[in-house]
Amino acid sequence: MAKRFDIKDLNIYYGKFHAVNSVNLAVPPRNVTAFIGPSGCGKSTVLRSLNRMHEVIPGARVEGKVLLDGEDIYASNVDPVEVRRTIGMVFQRPNPFPTMSIKDNVVAGLRLAGVKNKKQLDDVAERSLRGANLWNEVKDRLDKPGGGLSGGQQQRLCIARAIAVQPDVLLMDEPCSALDPISTLAIEDLITELKKEYTIVIVTHNMQQAARVSDQTAFFNLLGVGQPGQLIEVDDTEKIFSNPSQKATEDYISGRFG
Amino acid sequence: MVSIVLIGLFLLIQAVPSLLVDNINFFTSPEWSTGDVANLRFGIRDLLVVTILSSLVALVIAMPVAMGIALFLTHYLPPRVARPFAYVIDLLAAVPSIVFGLWGAKVLGPALEPLATFLNTKLSWFPLFSGNNVSLAGGGNIFTAGIVLSIMILPIITAVSREVFQQTPVMQIEGALALGATRWEMVRTTVLPFGRSGYIAGSMLGLGRALGETVAVLLILRSSPLPSSFSVFDGGYTFASKIASAAPEFSEPLSTGAYIAAGLVLFVFTFAVNALARYVAGRGKAKAS
Ligand SMILES: Nc1ncnc2c1ncn2[C@@H]1O[C@H](COP(=O)(O)OP(=O)(O)OP(=O)(O)O)[C@@H](O)[C@H]1O
Ligand SMILES: [Mg+2]
Repeated sequence: MAKRFDIKDLNIYYGKFHAVNSVNLAVPPRNVTAFIGPSGCGKSTVLRSLNRMHEVIPGARVEGKVLLDGEDIYASNVDPVEVRRTIGMVFQRPNPFPTMSIKDNVVAGLRLAGVKNKKQLDDVAERSLRGANLWNEVKDRLDKPGGGLSGGQQQRLCIARAIAVQPDVLLMDEPCSALDPISTLAIEDLITELKKEYTIVIVTHNMQQAARVSDQTAFFNLLGVGQPGQLIEVDDTEKIFSNPSQKATEDYISGRFG
Repeated sequence: MVSIVLIGLFLLIQAVPSLLVDNINFFTSPEWSTGDVANLRFGIRDLLVVTILSSLVALVIAMPVAMGIALFLTHYLPPRVARPFAYVIDLLAAVPSIVFGLWGAKVLGPALEPLATFLNTKLSWFPLFSGNNVSLAGGGNIFTAGIVLSIMILPIITAVSREVFQQTPVMQIEGALALGATRWEMVRTTVLPFGRSGYIAGSMLGLGRALGETVAVLLILRSSPLPSSFSVFDGGYTFASKIASAAPEFSEPLSTGAYIAAGLVLFVFTFAVNALARYVAGRGKAKAS
């Protein structure tokens, strides 16, 4: 269940390009950590290296350690597929499997893990859809394709799909950026709900959102063009938004950036 | 579209006089004798059987192989390695048919003889393996022709499949991987559903090629005085190879008309296959969007 991350001296590369420099960060369990910072500073890159999705890109690699409850997910004997099974991810654009039914979408991760029992799959589908606040909207059309839902519903379907496997951590990369304000609120409520059970890391460009949903905020910045992104500071969200210790952070959150 | 109709019309006008004086059933008779214009006896049954069987053998082999190669090139090999590999497959399409025909007749056919004998004797419970109207020696049968055809249609099926598999949205691929799918599971849940209709359409294009292939088949298949035994170890003629084989004798309009009638059937058949391919591809697209 909910686990903690300890990121130690993490350097991330795309081929020869050094994208992120030496991140040190602790992510406590049952807690929401927000990543904020200007475009291109490496928020998504760091997030994707927390479930080993970064290395899916040809030439991409990382150096350093990412400890999940003390176990390095980059240790040589660790299978990235196993890592991704225990660390769920929600993407910027909803990406349900378009030809699969709503229910099959939700239980896709369980099926991959080898669960075949129909009753169990049905139960998990209902529990996850309820968990994602989508059950009432789709319970009469579970067999219809997931591609037929609205954007906000699709994103909640993706959240349901991610929590169906009861991951240790849930990573979200700007999960609301493609959604309208109502769907955004629905997902923010959901995040507040989910943090009782899950460790959550969320990337957002929306300061209010970071302030509303997160307990701790990490501010990333670029020192210059072609330079790697840096973690500037991390602290309680309240502290970051009221009294940050770095000038750059203050400039960024008050909109005096660049 | 207009030119297609005109070609069809041309074939029909040329074929009708011969069809009217045909002394046996055009569709169901295996006989083909057009030497005596006073007594034309020609039927397409065996041409149809040989054409379909050889194309079927070609598809059964080429479809899975092409899918495997296309998946491997697009989702397993790094692009740098995949590109030269893909180039080699594409080069197969540039080999002239006559070379494939010679190779099939002189090299592959004899080499397949032991396998053909094994299938024909030991697995003869399978209907398509039982019986043969030409000797197995030398491999001048549909089995050899089908395998050669499969190599000839491999490039087109692979190229079309590669194209569609490549276009699988990265979002979906990442969605599957992030759920803890292995590469193969990712392919099964995203690439294959996405590329299915394109793959089928590509295979139908390949089928169209196999149905119409002429000179390679003509060089490989041995003719037989016996009617077809509906086996892949038969010899005989496909529509195309039959017509090509008779080309030197196209001086008598009535006997020529018999061949044109056969050509017309091949034309309609190929056309139907292509229409089906388009329908399948279109339906797949509507479903995916
Ligand atoms: N696939 C890739 N190949 C090469 N470089 C990449 C790739 N993806 C991102 N980068 C580079 O890595 C750096 C960090 O990118 P990243 O996407 O992590 O930024 P971000 O903070 O998420 O930005 P945004 O807020 O716009 O999403 C950028 O310089 C970007 O150009
Ligand atoms: Mg990003």
